[in-house]
Amino acid sequence: MDIVLEAKHIDKYFRKPVDFHVLKAISFQIKKGEFVSIMGKSGCGKSTLLYILSTMDTDYEGQLYLNGQLVPKQNQEHLAYLRNKHIGFVFQFHYLLSEFTVLENVMLPAKKLGEFTLPQIELNALEKLKMLNIEHLANKKASQVSGGEKQRVAIARALINNPTLILGDEPTGNLDSHNAQNVFNIFKTLCTEQGLSLLIVTHDEDFAKKTDRIIEMEDGIIRS
Amino acid sequence: MNNWSIILSIAKTHLLTKAKQTFIAALGVTFGIGSYITLVCFMTGLNTMLDNLMLNQTPHIHIYNEIEPSKVQPIALYEEFSQSLNVVRSIRPKLTQKKIHNAFPIIKYLNHHEQVRRALPQVKSQIFYMAGSIDIGGTLIGVNPLEEAEFFNMADYIVAGSADALNQTENGVLLGIGIAEKMALKVGDRVQVSPVNGSVFSLKIVGLYQSGIADLDAVQSFTTLKTVQRVLGEPNNYITDINVKLYDIEKAIPLAQHIEKEFQLKAIDIKTANAQFETGTTIRNLITYAVSITLLIVAGFGIYNILNMLIYEKMNDIAILKATGFSGRDVQLIFISQAMIIGLVGGVLGLLIGWGLTTLIDHVPFNTEALPTISTYPINQDPLYFIIGFLFAMFSTFLAGYFPALKAKHIDPIKIIRGQ
Ligand SMILES: Nc1ncnc2c1ncn2[C@@H]1O[C@H](COP(=O)(O)OP(=O)(O)O)[C@@H](O)[C@H]1O
Ligand SMILES: [Mg+2]
Repeated sequence: MDIVLEAKHIDKYFRKPVDFHVLKAISFQIKKGEFVSIMGKSGCGKSTLLYILSTMDTDYEGQLYLNGQLVPKQNQEHLAYLRNKHIGFVFQFHYLLSEFTVLENVMLPAKKLGEFTLPQIELNALEKLKMLNIEHLANKKASQVSGGEKQRVAIARALINNPTLILGDEPTGNLDSHNAQNVFNIFKTLCTEQGLSLLIVTHDEDFAKKTDRIIEMEDGIIRS
Repeated sequence: MNNWSIILSIAKTHLLTKAKQTFIAALGVTFGIGSYITLVCFMTGLNTMLDNLMLNQTPHIHIYNEIEPSKVQPIALYEEFSQSLNVVRSIRPKLTQKKIHNAFPIIKYLNHHEQVRRALPQVKSQIFYMAGSIDIGGTLIGVNPLEEAEFFNMADYIVAGSADALNQTENGVLLGIGIAEKMALKVGDRVQVSPVNGSVFSLKIVGLYQSGIADLDAVQSFTTLKTVQRVLGEPNNYITDINVKLYDIEKAIPLAQHIEKEFQLKAIDIKTANAQFETGTTIRNLITYAVSITLLIVAGFGIYNILNMLIYEKMNDIAILKATGFSGRDVQLIFISQAMIIGLVGGVLGLLIGWGLTTLIDHVPFNTEALPTISTYPINQDPLYFIIGFLFAMFSTFLAGYFPALKAKHIDPIKIIRGQ
């Protein structure tokens, strides 16, 4: 089976305010179509790891492979391209551009990628919104939709460039159980029907149990 | 899809949602550019007017016979004293005639000179204007009226009558306006003049002359060469001054030196004669630019402030853009574009306002005794100033946007995402 993401001996230190070894020799793989969750106590380094995997943080030791290719630590332009093309990120808080419409928010990463014409991008974006049952919100301002809806918009945005990997940092942490269930179902569908790989940090035991594999973290190391 | 069109559309959305601040920032630029253009056009218009006031009437080179002490005293010719130190006290000028010897061949020579536009003869004479029992001292200048009008803008300063009338009237005179007022004379009247040696002539007033310099207008009148020669009882080769106009004023100094050497005459160039005048022009320009640049810098700081504020407000947007695949450079371009859009809108408005204000000023009546040729405030609507103003607007807004944008480029998205 193809390996989508591989972390090899990743170490990360924070120098300030005191020297702090946050991530210690983290190694793992994620295969194509795999739905993996990360669990662990607050402060054990889950978010820190996710930021490294998302290529936003390049201040680490060890190697990161995305689709078999080593992710460089310099060349910000190229890293931005990798994020844009291959990785979809869903945050705990609903990071949308509040002055843009829902549709515009979803279209933005595709416009940046520039692989399709504008009408095609719009069509794709509407399709993603439909898949997430929020196409009726397309022309609303992002600031005017509810929390659960915002999270679905963020997922639609993460999907717009058909990435190989979705990273989520407690995407359901701020949602009620109904909405959380909803998001889980969406992820599950993406995984089984489209062969997408997912790596989701969660505190929700029920959520984690339903995924293919759980990575348990404790004080910067992977326990299992 | 083009990278630029997304960057511009994001910039546009940011600006439109902050329409009020954007508008105020743009107004700063508008104000700066508008006042720069108004100031420069007005100041240079004023400078040109003052320059013309001087330059139009002043010959580039003025040639005459200076009365001065002989540089070589007779004792220097005496061989026996050549080795000794000779001291001559109380040297007095020798009685020389004011007449320029061989004036017409010199004029002919100058008129064939390639740098010379025109050389014109004049006869200057001290005379008295006589009214009843009083005599008023003054100057009567014999000229070639038509050529003076053509090459020295004489017609601009004739407030009644014309150069043509002077040319055609036997014993006509263009009376200085100050004299006319003093003696209560008007066009068509006769005025008695008397040269220093006594005889009295009656001249017909064909017009009034106003140079704009009151002291001159109170003493000086113009007539034809022939008339003044007749008044003085001199032959028609009697010429006291030659006025030269050049094609290029910069050539005045070397040519004046050349003339002095060649003809043993005094030749004063306009630059030497009016050195203090140029200083005035330079200082006025300096003030204009200092004020305009200050205005533009103030406008620049306004933009800088507003962009800085905007970037603080847009931290989230910056983080999201970076997390979803926009590079630092894209983010930088977004904010620089915002600055440039503000500059563009403000700049264009500024050009319009500058154009409107200068046009308005250009139509405001401005009448002054000193400047008979001027009827409205002088404005120099040189397109160059509009271009400079616009380029400066774009340049200063670019600078004002550059540093905040650089900051946005280096914002670490993780810090912001964690901070939530
Ligand atoms: N910029 C930073 N500087 C220093 N310490 C940090 C910084 N960011 C996070 N930490 C620390 O690193 C540890 C791991 O944080 P994080 O990855 O956010 O944990 P988690 O997401 O598992 O709750 C925490 O103890 C946190 O205080
Ligand atoms: Mg966390």
